[in-house]
Amino acid sequence: MSYRSAQLTRRRLLQTTATGAAVAAAGLVDAPALLRAQGAAVKLGVLHPVSGALSYSGQQGRLGATLAIEDVNAAGGIKALGGAKFEAVLGDAQSTPEGGNAEVEKMNSAGVAAIVGGYASSICLTASQTAARYDLPYLVDVGVADNIVTRGLKNTFRFGPGFGVIAKTALDNLVTINEAAGKPAKTVLIVHEDSLFGSGLAKLLNTQLPDRGFEVLDTIPHPTPTRDFNNVVLKIKAQNPDLVIPANYYNEYVLLARTMQQQRVRQKGVYSVLGGAASSYKFVKEFPEAAQYIMDCNHWFDPRNPKALALRKRVEEKGQFYTYEVFMNYSCVLLLADALERAASAERAKVIAALESSTFSGHLMPYGPTKFVNGQNQGAAPVNTQVLGNDIQVIFPQTFATAKPVFPMPPA
Amino acid sequence: MLSPIILVPAVLNGLLTGAVYGLVALGLTLIYGVLHIINFAHGALLTAAMFAAFFAHRLLGLDPYLAALGLTPLFFALGYGLQRFVIGPAAHGEDRNILLVTLALAVVIENALLYGFGADTRTLNLAYAFDVVDVGVAFLALPRVIAFGVVLAVALVLWLILALTDTGKAIRAVAKEKLGAELSGIDVAHIYAVTFGLGTACLAIAACLLIPTYYVNPHIGNGFVLVAFTIVVLGGMGSVTGALIGGLFVGVVESLCGLYLGESLGQIGIFIMFILVLLLRPSGLFGERA
Amino acid sequence: MKRASLAHLGVVVAVLAAVPLLTASNVVLNFLVVALLIALVGQGWNVLGGYGGQFSFGHAAFFGTGAYVSAILQTRYGINAWLAFALGIAGGALVGALIGALTFRSGLKGSYFALVTLAFAEVLRILASVAPITGAGVGILITLDLRPQAFQFQSRAPFYWIILALLAVSFLIVRLIEQSRFGAWLVAVRENEEAAKAVGVNTRRVKLAAMTISAAITAAGGAFYAQYFLFVDSGIAYGPWISIEALLAPIVGGIGTAFGPLLGALVVKMLGELTKLVTGDAPGLDLVIYGGVLILIVAFAPQGIAGLIADLRLRFARLRRRLPERAHG
Repeated sequence: MSYRSAQLTRRRLLQTTATGAAVAAAGLVDAPALLRAQGAAVKLGVLHPVSGALSYSGQQGRLGATLAIEDVNAAGGIKALGGAKFEAVLGDAQSTPEGGNAEVEKMNSAGVAAIVGGYASSICLTASQTAARYDLPYLVDVGVADNIVTRGLKNTFRFGPGFGVIAKTALDNLVTINEAAGKPAKTVLIVHEDSLFGSGLAKLLNTQLPDRGFEVLDTIPHPTPTRDFNNVVLKIKAQNPDLVIPANYYNEYVLLARTMQQQRVRQKGVYSVLGGAASSYKFVKEFPEAAQYIMDCNHWFDPRNPKALALRKRVEEKGQFYTYEVFMNYSCVLLLADALERAASAERAKVIAALESSTFSGHLMPYGPTKFVNGQNQGAAPVNTQVLGNDIQVIFPQTFATAKPVFPMPPA
Repeated sequence: MLSPIILVPAVLNGLLTGAVYGLVALGLTLIYGVLHIINFAHGALLTAAMFAAFFAHRLLGLDPYLAALGLTPLFFALGYGLQRFVIGPAAHGEDRNILLVTLALAVVIENALLYGFGADTRTLNLAYAFDVVDVGVAFLALPRVIAFGVVLAVALVLWLILALTDTGKAIRAVAKEKLGAELSGIDVAHIYAVTFGLGTACLAIAACLLIPTYYVNPHIGNGFVLVAFTIVVLGGMGSVTGALIGGLFVGVVESLCGLYLGESLGQIGIFIMFILVLLLRPSGLFGERA
Repeated sequence: MKRASLAHLGVVVAVLAAVPLLTASNVVLNFLVVALLIALVGQGWNVLGGYGGQFSFGHAAFFGTGAYVSAILQTRYGINAWLAFALGIAGGALVGALIGALTFRSGLKGSYFALVTLAFAEVLRILASVAPITGAGVGILITLDLRPQAFQFQSRAPFYWIILALLAVSFLIVRLIEQSRFGAWLVAVRENEEAAKAVGVNTRRVKLAAMTISAAITAAGGAFYAQYFLFVDSGIAYGPWISIEALLAPIVGGIGTAFGPLLGALVVKMLGELTKLVTGDAPGLDLVIYGGVLILIVAFAPQGIAGLIADLRLRFARLRRRLPERAHG
């Protein structure tokens, strides 16, 4: 994901490095993981980009992880370790790989049993690599780059889906939904952000869609941030595709959707991949009209899971939005708690072994029991959602669906 | 595919976007022309102004256009104070120190906003935000058309201030010959601060024009700064009309490059043009020799 | 400006080199590696900006080229990492020479020069974000291969000694410049270019040479970054952040002095960590204080930290001279 944009990011004046004098002093008596008695707290590294360009996502991720830590502790901590409580060691990656790296070093010195988070692919890549030096278990929350789990790092696990799975699912589900509706969409236009995710997806759609009976009229890349979408909408208007497929981040999505509404552009459908309106309660709340009937393929919680719904309520009562960063990080922490429980130890090698053999299903996601192969959770996949009324419904796959897709969009 | 049907609206669109760029650049060029400093805090101040416009609506129910009337003097005062009491004293008149102070100021402002208001992207949903003006060949968003008009008016007012008022004359005198102005009794520190205030006030107006169709978060202003720098150079540093025309020009170039090269590669158009202009005509496209 | 003596350099480098023997903490080593990396990049900037008076806002162009050239040669062409590192430096120097040739030919100086370098860096950033060879938006991941011949190490200490060695070399280069006729010309260009020209200095060639050396040093920092973090993308390589770091360290530390970039980098990085410790986990607050302190540093040490130290020394010496007088009087 794009974590550093074109701007003069002044916060970079100081990207994190490690340590000041005080930590330096602490570092001299660096003794990871040894001084922990039974029942003493288990330290957990919670790493997110809470300042800088990605700070919103980072703060949401931190929220999810800390809520889960509260819950694990309230439920009696890690019982196999004499009811040891989780103690969060929070880290700010400052939206840069160097920042993430420095925080991992500090967390290692602080003697954490594992690290969860990272958010952006680039941060996950470097942070997990540093953690690998210390055989420190690293659980990736979101970062979708496929090479995060293909480097052969034994310490690195990803709970959520990688890019390849997301792209394939998005494509398959699009075809299925279209066919179920009697193939109303024959032509598509793709608008995508130009980093890893958007570009990769556009490439895949361009090679696969023609074989599945679609015509790709145009593919429009744009950087993050993009200040103006009028030209993009002009192109959409001129080519009048049946379906618009945006694959971009929230801010750009908001501008695109608002500009489409402004320019009176209304297609048969909008099928967004990652980051669209149909995975953002915020967008639905703030722009109900522009959001209506938009479909999305994204990380989403299992809507039949009462725990997931209860968490949603709790997050909303805090005045926050229930975004995917929240429930994915929440799930990751529970997954780690389960691993510690089964390892009956906070020793790193044992935690890694417990993660490798995890069959944890007490999480919030529609993934089924966890099963890691080379660090990748095999059941992880995105689902399809749609904005219907003032809520977001799951429309596909059927096992999790809470509503039937409305496609094509009814005329305004 | 790129018929006039799409070309004409793209040009119009570039002009509308360019007008707001022009206003942001106007503030920057004024500060540059008089103080001869490159103000790195410009983007962060724009962000601050956008937050102010946002909360004026959210908390006080003030329409952004109405809020502009209050925010403009407020940001003038802010800019005046910053130059008079922070940048001026801290920088000791050294270019490199001014650079550093404005950079540090940007860090402070941006992160104070992050600390105070969080990283959320905030948008206003105003009734007229989706209204359009149908000009036959295109729908133009009403707030953007209003913005275009306001920018022209602001540029005119600014030009009149510089040309006719005593303060304006003093500003021009300081810009041209600092020492001479000082000798003839002009309070240079005051004039510097006034200029910085005027530049900052431009940002308050720009923020109020942007907020109806745009969003705000603590990093939003940065995206405008590089473009504004480009415009300042193209228009000739210190030139009001140059900034305005440069803004419109850059808006159109950006729009057309985005159309033909794609939005990703399209950004490159501005910078290549910028480099070429500097290499071939260093005084700017429209400026007199500096 | 005071010239750095060779003995001083030797002592500083020796003290720094001993750090890994005193602490096993990778937190400390990682901190120092990054600080020294910024010092190296800043030293590059210092050659052109500090000694030559040509302020660049676009040193990312050289840093990024060093990083990309070395990463691309390794991952796509299987070239040995050490060789790729050297070629990365050469690539950066070449870009420096090209940009220098273009800009100095047009006689750009001051803010114009600063902004045009920024624009070059941005052009490179945009190209790198779309070109397939740089991995476009995905970036380049250098394969993990923890062997010294692959320029990757199990422990942080070898990385630390390498960046220290690079910094020591950059000290020597600066020292050589200070003592050479070229250095005198360069300072003459900074102080009064017209006058330098009048006495027969080929100012364009002097500036071009300074820019090439400057770019090479900064590119070494970029290539080192790639090796240390094993990941490069367009925002890291060519983003404005590194251009800012490059000028921040020498200006804070003391512009046009051999030790300025090192002092500045250590102070700036230390400040960043201290503010984090003080403010805890509130996002943004640490940076507010950081920026505030930076303004205070500029306000109270307008000649940089090196200037402040020189100033204090002078006062101390005066005080000492005065004290015995008083005792006698």
